[in-house]
Amino acid sequence: MKHFLLAAALGLSAPAAMACETVTIGDLTIEHAWSKATLGAARPGVFYVEITNTGSTDDALVGISSPAAGMPMLHETVVQDGIASMPHAMSIPVPAGQGVQLSPGGYHGMLMGLTTALKEGDSFPVTLSFEKAGEVTVNVDVLSLRAEGPDCADAGQ
Amino acid sequence: MRLRSFQIVLWIAATAAVIAFAAVRWGPALDDTAAAAPAFPTAFALADSEGRMRTTDEFRGKFLLVFFGFTSCPDVCPTTLSEVAQVMDDLGSDAGSVQPIFISIDPERDRRLGLADYTKAFHPAILGLAGSEEETEAAAASFKIFYEREADSSSPDGYTMAHSSGLYLIGPDGAWLRQFTYGTPAAEILSDLQSRL
Repeated sequence: MKHFLLAAALGLSAPAAMACETVTIGDLTIEHAWSKATLGAARPGVFYVEITNTGSTDDALVGISSPAAGMPMLHETVVQDGIASMPHAMSIPVPAGQGVQLSPGGYHGMLMGLTTALKEGDSFPVTLSFEKAGEVTVNVDVLSLRAEGPDCADAGQ
Repeated sequence: MRLRSFQIVLWIAATAAVIAFAAVRWGPALDDTAAAAPAFPTAFALADSEGRMRTTDEFRGKFLLVFFGFTSCPDVCPTTLSEVAQVMDDLGSDAGSVQPIFISIDPERDRRLGLADYTKAFHPAILGLAGSEEETEAAAASFKIFYEREADSSSPDGYTMAHSSGLYLIGPDGAWLRQFTYGTPAAEILSDLQSRL
């Protein structure tokens, strides 16, 4: 019975905690993968994540892929002199001993060609390709359209 | 004793001179800062999602929070509209004095994708407007904002829009009051509005 209750509790908390999952590959730690709900599938979705490089070698995020989107691309929001533009990012540096955040107003993945609308509470996999560390897949939580980020106990660490 | 009185008078005169100098030297400088963005009238005449022409005049008496953007924008526009939605929620009973407006700078595509569904997903109070190219250019010129279509094979339909990312506050008389730069927290926008209501 105890085990059953524990399992039920874990089962219930798992969906909300997905974005708080931590995945590692080599010296890279990937966490806080999240996205926002979309209206239909015609407009692009967005992908945010936090990558930490604990190693001594610079790496770079060179691409993303997902069964949820036919054409996912890396972009960077640049606000210069009050003008926002969104150039394509060929690769996003993940410097040694540091890391990088894909977060609102900065680097982000743009998920074009969504196979279906992203609904709050859903999750989908995204595979990140790193220049040196290779490929790793993370589960991405779809939060509300107005979300500012996942609510993890360790957020901000 | 007379010398001491004289010293006091001198000190008072010196202090007065310093104050006068400061007022002349820095007073106008502060005024200049405030006047760096003088109020100017803004105007638009743009269709809403149902094709009705909406103009500045119908919003006289209300504060307007105006944002120029496009609905295929995955990062900047949703972030700003979320802030605006939060401000509207937090205004409570004062919300009726503030009209948030989203003006599309990608009007043809936004009309096709659906403008009202998009703005309402953030907050039912946000009014989405999408005019013709000419009307959009006129509105942008009136607000002194910039937008430009950029060819980009890595964006939907092969293009993206660069645009001024500020949120503009317009007074009840239609005059431009100030901008909130991209990323201004909702709480800051809220307290500015509350100080004016």
